[in-house]
Amino acid sequence: MLEIAGRSFESRLILGTGGFRNLEVMAEAARESGAELATVAMRRVDPSARGSIVEVLQETGLDILPNTAGCFTAREAVTTAKLAREALGTDWVKLEVIGDDRTLLPDPAELLEAAETLLAEGFTVLPYTSDDPVLARRLEDAGCAAVMPLGSPIGSGMGINNPYNLRLIIEAAEVPVILDAGIGTASDAALAMESGCDGILLASAISRAADPPAMARAMRKAVEAGVEARRAGRIPRRHYARASSPEEGLAELERGERADHAPDGDGAPSAPRAPLAERRSR
Amino acid sequence: MTPVTLNGEPRELPDGATVETAVRELGAPNDGVAVAVDGEVVPRGEWATTEVRDGQQVEVLRAVQGGR
Repeated sequence: MLEIAGRSFESRLILGTGGFRNLEVMAEAARESGAELATVAMRRVDPSARGSIVEVLQETGLDILPNTAGCFTAREAVTTAKLAREALGTDWVKLEVIGDDRTLLPDPAELLEAAETLLAEGFTVLPYTSDDPVLARRLEDAGCAAVMPLGSPIGSGMGINNPYNLRLIIEAAEVPVILDAGIGTASDAALAMESGCDGILLASAISRAADPPAMARAMRKAVEAGVEARRAGRIPRRHYARASSPEEGLAELERGERADHAPDGDGAPSAPRAPLAERRSR
Repeated sequence: MTPVTLNGEPRELPDGATVETAVRELGAPNDGVAVAVDGEVVPRGEWATTEVRDGQQVEVLRAVQGGR
């Protein structure tokens, strides 16, 4: 169960609706993903456009989360959020204020300013932020309902570039941490959840996959698997093997003394390895 | 006539035109639409009484596919 600002969601996956070929594919992928919340962008009315994304999402049973994608200043983002509230009747906003064209990384100063302004106006603010733990804390302190750090740049599919920073954000946050941007495939989603994220937001990984509904299904399973694995408690990483079969009762099948193959416990091997050139020449 | 910029395009609206006139001029649907004039949101309840003046920028927006 994902809880944001008093609302509960069974699914920890939030679907971005960008990049789908058409609304039919989007609806099918949305169903397969199990998502209950989907982002939309605000753009100029195009009377020739076919179909309404709002209707399709409502028919599919998803709630709508407007974003401020494409805004580069706090002022633009605040106005866009207000327009979304007018058009869609929701005071929730996925806040994005971009600071760089090429990487689409957030502008921290404009982002914080926009968040403070919108919070003062009564919005529920879910900010797309960098993986900077200090900025995440500032957004939480300002009153944001969640923090949404990137794994890697939007649409890059690089996964989680800075797991250390993500861990710091998760450790410190008391609001939900939702990984936003960078997911490339199901293992990235599982890793995010195993790392302790409360949810993920993704679209490109599904919408631009060769088979979007199948990838949506994979993402749903990956999120569930990641959550369960986190709860189950993974084993610690070790540098060397740890035998899983008992040593006791091991038969002696070679005549003479048994060579002591195994290093002691987790310790280093008994003798340092020979240099590479020497090993090769053997 | 009142020259304005409507969703980025120059348009001539009849004198005394309101935000509602502009929205109808565009052929925009009635639901799920929001309007900003010169960067300020005009709430739906004020469309019929808000006159559009010479040279103003009118933006009429709706939700589209977007996000990640």
